[in-house]
Amino acid sequence: MAIENSGNAQGRGLRAWINARFPLDTMLKEHVTEYYAPKNFNLWYVFGVLSLVVLVNQLVTGIFLTMSYKPSAADAFASVEYIMRDVDWGWLIRYMHSTGASAFFIVVYLHMFRALMYGSYRAPRELLWIFGMLIYLALMAEAFMGYLLPWGNMSYWGAQVIVSLFGTIPVIGDSLAEWIKGDYFISDITLNRFFSLHVIAIPLILVFLVVAHILALHEVGSNNPDGIEIKKHKDARGIPLDGVAFHPYYTVKDLFALGIFLVAFCAVIFFAPTFGGLFLESPNFDPANPMQTPPHIAPVWYFTPFYAMLRAVPSFLGTQVWGVLVMFGAIALLFFLPWLDRSPVKSIRYKGPITKAALALLAVSFVVLGYCGMRPPQGIYPLLARIFTGVYFAFFLLMPWWSRLDSTKPVPDRVTSHAH
Amino acid sequence: MLTKNLKAFLAAALLILPLTTLQAHEGESYPHAGNDPYNKASLQRGARNVMNYCSGCHSAKFVRYNRVAQDLGIPEAELKANLMFTSEKTADTIRTAMSPDDARAWFGNVPPDLSLIARSRGTDHVYAFLNSFYLDPTRPTGVNNTVLPGTAMPAVLSDLQGVQTAVFKSEEGAAPEFVKFELLRKGTMSPEQYQEFVRDTVNFLEYMAEPVQTTRRDLGIWVILFLLVFTSFAYLLYKEFWRDVH
Repeated sequence: MAIENSGNAQGRGLRAWINARFPLDTMLKEHVTEYYAPKNFNLWYVFGVLSLVVLVNQLVTGIFLTMSYKPSAADAFASVEYIMRDVDWGWLIRYMHSTGASAFFIVVYLHMFRALMYGSYRAPRELLWIFGMLIYLALMAEAFMGYLLPWGNMSYWGAQVIVSLFGTIPVIGDSLAEWIKGDYFISDITLNRFFSLHVIAIPLILVFLVVAHILALHEVGSNNPDGIEIKKHKDARGIPLDGVAFHPYYTVKDLFALGIFLVAFCAVIFFAPTFGGLFLESPNFDPANPMQTPPHIAPVWYFTPFYAMLRAVPSFLGTQVWGVLVMFGAIALLFFLPWLDRSPVKSIRYKGPITKAALALLAVSFVVLGYCGMRPPQGIYPLLARIFTGVYFAFFLLMPWWSRLDSTKPVPDRVTSHAH
Repeated sequence: MLTKNLKAFLAAALLILPLTTLQAHEGESYPHAGNDPYNKASLQRGARNVMNYCSGCHSAKFVRYNRVAQDLGIPEAELKANLMFTSEKTADTIRTAMSPDDARAWFGNVPPDLSLIARSRGTDHVYAFLNSFYLDPTRPTGVNNTVLPGTAMPAVLSDLQGVQTAVFKSEEGAAPEFVKFELLRKGTMSPEQYQEFVRDTVNFLEYMAEPVQTTRRDLGIWVILFLLVFTSFAYLLYKEFWRDVH
């Protein structure tokens, strides 16, 4: 199907009028119709677009939830039930938002894993990767603060546990935790400020970072499963030979991927909105009760790998700050990935068995840690958590050595793809 | 291309799949309550049970009478005559006549609100709880419960169920282990009738916890069907556009 080049700065009409005053066509060309992406993207490359869709879902449903939600300790829980029962389609909006939170982390984790496999963080995409990591950080803050808002008992005690982590920092810890809460305990004041941060501050940061992430991507161009630069081979017009225009090629392909994603997403919303207590935890159907802890406090699944690491580290020298350091260190390490990887090739396709084994171990340790973090720290779980915390850190800290040691295969000059 | 995509898809699925098999296990597992939220007759009986046996002490402060009547197909006159004891207005929520202060004085604490009890505890848990009262002279109410030991709730259904005693096996040094219940005195219902009574009650509690549940599931089927059609067309569109990419 031939595609005509749309958009013309000359000419008449509204479009020309706008183009004389605003770079509408230029922007569309640069980012959509004449942004050339490698033609050999596979399924792993849909999660970026999907996370954008989920972000929009969270923003739009969030706006509607905010219309009926009351951010006060006295009314918050009841206002969520009001949304679930009395607001027209309120239940659907709420489930879209709560399922969206988990979906966001699923697509973002897969998106990050894609980057790990194909070396998408390597030069010249270091800044792109760092913007992505900042998005991930903002997303975690957004999810944590949003989780307090229903004012359920798990909301309350989860926030209590996480905020108290800051209290373990020597000297300033207690005053820092108090400063975050705005009170001596999680209270109405905490709820109000978390609401403010959740609906304004962090979404604003998120949207800004997403724009920066996409601008950085479009500046350097997308990586691909072969981990080679398509800009090396251009035709007479300067268009990469292995590139296809983002629109319409990837817009239609992503539309298909979106359809598949929505089937899964809606299946959860309509048939299993609590997802067996993983997406909405049962203790959160009890209102916050400062006098009674839930039988077992665990954060929502997307935080549990880090929660397991926190608990895996014993306290010594009379402080528990080490576990907190390990937990935050696990995230901080990701930022340095572009400089830890010393392999001469980018993509796992042309790397050797060491990389494949290391990456598999990382994925396994993340899943096992996630499971350990959900369970009470008894029996085999503390031991498993310690072993796999070690594996997780070894992946990153030893990467400069194992990535150089690993064998490589010759990298092709042009991308490998098949006719459709 | 297809096999490569399939491989990538399988890898992605393998990464997510472990999540779906995880359940947030909370304590023990109970036998299935076996209630059916689509069974309106059962829900109506359950509403009658809850309003007659529970609502004296337990509120359901997020549940409106008229919503119940509308969802369960109960005529307004019948609703007012048989199910509304603490309120005159059908748009009111279900409140209890017992004040919190009285509750504390009489029972030691305020009975939990029942609006969401089936979601916070699980239907199986509530079903087991209502079956597990037994005589225990050491308790102020004269009864205890194996599901929630030390519960402040009296055995309000013992007229129907009868009076149970619990048989414990105790070994040296270990905490006594529950073995079985024995019916000491028969109630007005046979054990089978009582099971049905509790099942209906739990069914209504589940309805109260999420009144929209059946609507949600019914609508979901159409949403998924629409999305499958949409996805098929999106696939054809994708194939059509990509025909000239080699």
